[in-house]
Amino acid sequence: MTSQTLPPAPATTPPRPAAPAKGRHREVRLFAGLGHVALAVWAVIVIVPILWTFLAAFKNTSEIFSSPWTLPAELRFENFGRAWTKAHVGRYFLNSVFVVSCSTFGTMLFGSMAAYVLARYKFRGNRAIYYLFVSGLAFPVFLALVPLFFVVKNLGLLDTHTGVILVYIAYSLPFTIFFLAAFFRTLPNSVAEAGMIDGCSHTRLFFQVMLPMAKPGLISVAIFNIIGQWAQYQLPLVLLSNAKDKWVLTQGIADISVNAGYEADWSGLFAALTIAILPMILVYAVFQRQIQSGLTSGAVK
Amino acid sequence: MRHGKYPFVIGFLFAPVTLYVVFVIAPYAQAFQISMTNWRGLSAPQWVGFDNYRRLLDDGSFWKAVQHHGVLLLALPLITIAIALFFAFLLNVGGRSVGGQRQGVAGSKFYRVVFFFPQVLAVAIIAVLFQMVYRPNESGLINGVLMKLGLDPVLFLIRPNLALWSIIAVLVWQAVGFYVVLFSAGMASIPGEIYEAAEMDGATRVTLFFRVTLPLLWDTLQVAWVYLGIAAFDAFAIVAVLSVDSGGPDGATTVLAMEIYRNAFVYSKYGYASAMGVALFFLTITFAALTLRLTKRESVEY
Repeated sequence: MTSQTLPPAPATTPPRPAAPAKGRHREVRLFAGLGHVALAVWAVIVIVPILWTFLAAFKNTSEIFSSPWTLPAELRFENFGRAWTKAHVGRYFLNSVFVVSCSTFGTMLFGSMAAYVLARYKFRGNRAIYYLFVSGLAFPVFLALVPLFFVVKNLGLLDTHTGVILVYIAYSLPFTIFFLAAFFRTLPNSVAEAGMIDGCSHTRLFFQVMLPMAKPGLISVAIFNIIGQWAQYQLPLVLLSNAKDKWVLTQGIADISVNAGYEADWSGLFAALTIAILPMILVYAVFQRQIQSGLTSGAVK
Repeated sequence: MRHGKYPFVIGFLFAPVTLYVVFVIAPYAQAFQISMTNWRGLSAPQWVGFDNYRRLLDDGSFWKAVQHHGVLLLALPLITIAIALFFAFLLNVGGRSVGGQRQGVAGSKFYRVVFFFPQVLAVAIIAVLFQMVYRPNESGLINGVLMKLGLDPVLFLIRPNLALWSIIAVLVWQAVGFYVVLFSAGMASIPGEIYEAAEMDGATRVTLFFRVTLPLLWDTLQVAWVYLGIAAFDAFAIVAVLSVDSGGPDGATTVLAMEIYRNAFVYSKYGYASAMGVALFFLTITFAALTLRLTKRESVEY
């Protein structure tokens, strides 16, 4: 951002005749026109499958086959009732809410504690611990899948929410610490020093002074973690396989889609999908700005 | 910061480090060890050296999976980045300039919001959604239309040479919006004077894109490529849920994560599955290192 190393802008060249300017106008309009078409087409590609699912959720199976493109003949809310209770989407949904609430809270608490200490305190082994955490960013979870299954099993945590929550926290720590440590380093020293002079303990300083100052960073990482943990599929599949009443939403919906084939309950499946997607649309509508910046924050070094 | 520093530091680090070592570091370390055994879960594991790795070399489904990663690794980033760059350019600099300030085309904000949405959905949910979209009879979203028009249905997930591309299409569908937002952020930081100068020189939109935007966005593109590459090495949820028989038809869409899962939790071949995990690890690391090396370039300062 400092030096202008590009070749000097050729602003000194004599003004061109009017003809290219006219041509450029045509070019701009053509480009913008084609661009609009392309953008509209992609918007349709994104919206239509979701909208189509919502419509199909109100149809019955014969309607889904005979007229997949029309509006439902009547609003069959019983499809949702069937999905919520009989297909257990309600339970899966609440399980997901419980697991992700606990794991995100734990991730943020432990992640910010570790990041704070690693970013602002000098002690032997600081760098080693920091790199131990950050190296976790480079490893694919699948490398650890088999041993992880046995670690959780030996601790007696297989098929429990506690096990899944602890594993989610552990695997979310590398990014959380990497991001928050960078954030804590940017906070001014003067406030911390003033707090210490006033006789503030290290712990109080962290919770009452530093955490509130780090709020923007905390929100970004929290959103990143909530969406990542909500979307988890492989870990619960391995860690909760024998406890169907503890399954999370992704697992449940995938299972319902397998069973829908046997039971030919397609409208129930569409209703289940709608229950899974609709809350995300509502949340996204409200927190759209924060979600976009939270998710992309990982990519901006 | 004198009194009680060490108790505080240890107190704050104890829980996170313990969790991390038990659930992340220990399993990673053990994975390398287990991959050298013939462990099936019941009796004590026996050391077999590199036998598992030797068997990998003759394993057809392993090579199929590696091949699919190769396709994913080229197609997913290329297609996603091309589409996302095009849209990001339209949304940020495609329109006319007002008072020297480059504008996107009308409705930019709406498009950005809509495009990004699939990123918020879980891949497993999207996979179920696209099962419906791709269904091979009149109840499918696409084939419903084709059959109304009197055309033959397209067997997206059933034809072996089409199945992997159908899956890639879904991954692109989900990813484009994220990269549109990412590239938009990069483009917003390119000073407007550069565009203005180029325009005064008679540069068309196409020239602007290739001569100004692209070089100045190189760092962001590199990050995008690494991200999409890492996504190409996973792809478990989408393959497990969307494809026929989790990786089928007949292994036409299988990926390493799928094979690891199958070998470990269906066949209980823990040693063999771990060897695949180690292979996957080295593939990922090699890819990341190669990308960062090959795409290294003098970055343009502005």
